[in-house]
Amino acid sequence: MTLQIIKPVIKQVTTLLLALLTSALVNAGPIDTYQFPDEVTKKRFQQLVYELRCPKCQNQNLADSNSMIAVDLRKQVYDMLLEGRSDMEIVNFMVERYGDYVLYKPKVTAATYLLWFGPIGFIIIGGIIIAIFVRKSNTKTQPLTAEQQRQLDDILNE
Amino acid sequence: MSKVIRFLPLILFVLLAILLFRGLSLDPTAMPSALEGKAFPEFQLTELQDENKTLSKDDFADGIKLVNVWATWCPGCKYEHPFLLKIARDKRFALYGVNYKDARDDALQWLEQYNNPFQFTMFDVDGKLGMDLGVYGAPETFVVDHNNRIRKRFAGILDEAVWQQQFEPLLLQLQQEVQDSSNNTRG
Repeated sequence: MTLQIIKPVIKQVTTLLLALLTSALVNAGPIDTYQFPDEVTKKRFQQLVYELRCPKCQNQNLADSNSMIAVDLRKQVYDMLLEGRSDMEIVNFMVERYGDYVLYKPKVTAATYLLWFGPIGFIIIGGIIIAIFVRKSNTKTQPLTAEQQRQLDDILNE
Repeated sequence: MSKVIRFLPLILFVLLAILLFRGLSLDPTAMPSALEGKAFPEFQLTELQDENKTLSKDDFADGIKLVNVWATWCPGCKYEHPFLLKIARDKRFALYGVNYKDARDDALQWLEQYNNPFQFTMFDVDGKLGMDLGVYGAPETFVVDHNNRIRKRFAGILDEAVWQQQFEPLLLQLQQEVQDSSNNTRG
């Protein structure tokens, strides 16, 4: 009886959840109508505009932004790809003009060591600290006195 | 030792608080220019007022130059314009305009209506020079020295305060450099 009432509710909830899940897969970014000669170029384009930051809009990459400069730079990336330039050349073209700022994936240099290796360093430091504490608390365990042992035996034998 | 450990969270908290508090006062839109110290990019553009005339770097005057990137679609440019008219009277440098991704008729009408502060204006309709300059919006102003090197890039609206703080000291320094180099060639 109750199952019959609950059934439609379950159905509704699953539909809703499914809608929420699939909506995350929809790309809401701006749509360009670029034609690519092959899949590899298309993938490279998508990768590049994903990793390059829009200079104007701070927290968006080129792929997501619809600002004028992002549209222009996407066009530039596309043109350079068709010219047969390498990914490195395209990234360098952007860095020469807009600085390291445009890289969402910063280059590994002395200035970015902390950024790249900091998290690993923190994990190691944290691990060492935990190890020290664990070892310390282990050594502190003291054997029960005769009186405590007798009490414990009483409780266990009850 | 155990006392130090007890205060460790507090110390870490204070350090983090200082770091984050400093971050609050940083300007997130300030972007270091990749072009400072580099040569002004080559270009071939028509003059705004005369589409048959081609302008290039050779048309720049010898001394210090200011290059202002503007457009009629840019509200900040309208706000900035009276200040440009004011500094255009300054004899220490030549002021040039780059009309960035604009329509020629609109731009001409703008200069007609608000007066023209520029020695000449390059008509950069598809933003190529803008891209080579690392322009990502308008207005932007570049200071170019007597060797045609970019010495400063300023993104945003020029006004008296910015001028006094950032441009005056640089102009003095550049004038000194011009003087030094002319002394060297003479001596």
